[in-house]
Amino acid sequence: MSAAPELIVKGLKATVDGKEILKGVNLEVKGGEIHAIMGPNGTGKSTLASVLMGHPRYEVTDGSVTLDGEDVLNMEVDERARAGLFLAMQYPAEVSGVTNSDFLRSAVNARRGEGNEISLMKFIREMDNKMELLEMDEKFATRYLNEGFSGGEKKRNEILQMMMLKPRIAILDEIDSGLDIDALKVVSKGVNSLLGPEMGVILITHYQRLLNYIKPDYVHVFIQGKIVKSGGPELAERLEAEGYDWVKEELGVEDETVGQKA
Amino acid sequence: MTTNSQLPDLSDYKYGFHDKDVSVFRSKKGLSREVVEEISHLKDEPDWMLEFRLKSLEQFYKMPMPDSKNSNWFSLLPGKLDDLNFDDITYYVKPSERQGRSWEEVPEQIKQTFDKLGIPEAEQKFLAGVSAQYESEVVYHNMQKELEEQGVIFCDTDTALREYPELLREYFGTVIPPTDNKFAALNSAVWSGGSFIYVPKGVRCGVPLQAYFRINSENMGQFERTLIIADEGSFVHYVEGCTAPIYSTDSLHSAVVEIIVKDHARCRYTTIQNWSANVYNLVTKRAVAHKGAHMEWIDGNIGSKVTMKYPAVVMKGEGAKADVLSIAVAGKGQHQDAGAKVVALAPNCTSTIVSKSISKHGGKVTYRGLSSFGRNAAGSKANVKCDTLILDDQSTSDTIPYNESKTDDVTLEHEATVSKVSEEQLFYLMSRGLSEEEATHMIIMGFIEPFTKELPMEYAVEMNRLIKYEMEGSIG
Repeated sequence: MSAAPELIVKGLKATVDGKEILKGVNLEVKGGEIHAIMGPNGTGKSTLASVLMGHPRYEVTDGSVTLDGEDVLNMEVDERARAGLFLAMQYPAEVSGVTNSDFLRSAVNARRGEGNEISLMKFIREMDNKMELLEMDEKFATRYLNEGFSGGEKKRNEILQMMMLKPRIAILDEIDSGLDIDALKVVSKGVNSLLGPEMGVILITHYQRLLNYIKPDYVHVFIQGKIVKSGGPELAERLEAEGYDWVKEELGVEDETVGQKA
Repeated sequence: MTTNSQLPDLSDYKYGFHDKDVSVFRSKKGLSREVVEEISHLKDEPDWMLEFRLKSLEQFYKMPMPDSKNSNWFSLLPGKLDDLNFDDITYYVKPSERQGRSWEEVPEQIKQTFDKLGIPEAEQKFLAGVSAQYESEVVYHNMQKELEEQGVIFCDTDTALREYPELLREYFGTVIPPTDNKFAALNSAVWSGGSFIYVPKGVRCGVPLQAYFRINSENMGQFERTLIIADEGSFVHYVEGCTAPIYSTDSLHSAVVEIIVKDHARCRYTTIQNWSANVYNLVTKRAVAHKGAHMEWIDGNIGSKVTMKYPAVVMKGEGAKADVLSIAVAGKGQHQDAGAKVVALAPNCTSTIVSKSISKHGGKVTYRGLSSFGRNAAGSKANVKCDTLILDDQSTSDTIPYNESKTDDVTLEHEATVSKVSEEQLFYLMSRGLSEEEATHMIIMGFIEPFTKELPMEYAVEMNRLIKYEMEGSIG
């Protein structure tokens, strides 16, 4: 790959059903950096993740997003993926009749491009290795995509996809929700195994807990549809200890949510 | 009954399914007693078959053209068959005549489809009726030898009538009599070609009987007649058709398929049909399953103008089993009216129907199914599952299940779903780099996976390509 990735979000505003959810988000993420976005429920964090990936439900009304200088907002969802964006989803869709491994190989090949398809043996070897690291039963390869997976299994599967696709910018949307401590450790191990100058990470979470396992370089507080405060890891610790009330006080807001529940 | 010793020797057999020496013949358009007599005469048939044909013709004339008033299933689509003109059909064409067509005459669209499906040119020419024989002579030869050693008879029905007259006479028309419906009567009067299979007691055919039969144009006739007898404890898998579009200038395909599955035998019949969009495909398929016997229909319907086809199993013996697994794909101007009929007439019979339909570009799919339990069917079970995937707002689907029972002690489960390709699924797959088209294809292939996984490998591969091709341009 070329130089270290760089995602720049400027003044991003977006609506759903006419209601503004994102109210001017600014964020810069470079390769090798981990940015944690923290905030209470309903403040628009997950919307940010969906909008960056291009979910058709949301309409961008203002601002810009570039990845390595390329205009992301003009790209289709699949083009964003092929450009190196990845979103580990909170509620991944289920697709019956399509095995996990068939899907994953199609995705890997879509990312690699025509004429550069991965050989079957190499693919299987790589998938086996990563599944082992994520402590996934080998049966997962032949199960239908997310169908009947438990919450924790879905999360592992998202991380497996991320590890296979090797994105330039990975957005992890509440990858810790619903995980017990052992599963959380495994998932974190997967994420950490990928860290390096080739990839930037946006971690969206309610809880500081995740940040014990994946250490952020920057922490941002998300309230009322935008980033209201940024700092280092010490900010997460203070949030953990004191909650969000002091931030709200500083800002002079009572209700931190935005529009409808996101 | 025919015994093994009556099998012809191999050198005869090799070309056995072609009529060797009758000169090129094409009956004049329209149906008449003379036409039927001529067909029978040209085939040099025994008197009983001529009589059978003539009685069937009488029956055909007697039965009213299907309309909404009569109870026959072919009448369930009032108006759908109005364009069908029985006087405008050529009822018999010698196979050799069909090869009179030149490659240039084959429509460009059909040629393109062949290319997209990756079908070799030699085979394309055969499928389009340009050349007579496709090159699997050797495969055919070897397989035939193996089957012959086991006493299996596998030939076209015309040959069977010449070589195994007793066997044919014993079973022909016993599962689907000419009085069954107007199209069965028509087929009985003018039938030609089709496959005949006899599997002796206890013989299990290790490989599906298939492939080379797509090489024989006689088996692609308009009015083919297939008869399969799986004797006690035997097993046979027959595969019919192929995914390539069958280019036909004829507008009516009306086949009859009869299957007898004797005690504890098992028969699986796999069909994939892809008729060109001008064809009325009105087919009667029925099996009788005796004690402990197991009949499976795997039935794929793509193409045609109107398809009406309801593979049936009559479970006559205790503990008989029936499985019907079908898919139907309807595009612009097409109506796939398909389903299944299962009839339990003995105790402890079980049946499963799984129907998968896809409609797009304004196509219409109808599932029409019958689950029937007779007085003696105590302890029997039927399970019906119909799933429909609708790809756009112009397309429609209907599910019409008929259930009837003359006894209380039975179980019937019915489940139906209608779905669209969901935004969330598309978003998810696309977020991993698949284009909208690839993502949609993947969702569709997943939807029909229960069907494709039952196909022999090469058919599954073709099926995948075909669906891909069929779905092109259905996005956006």
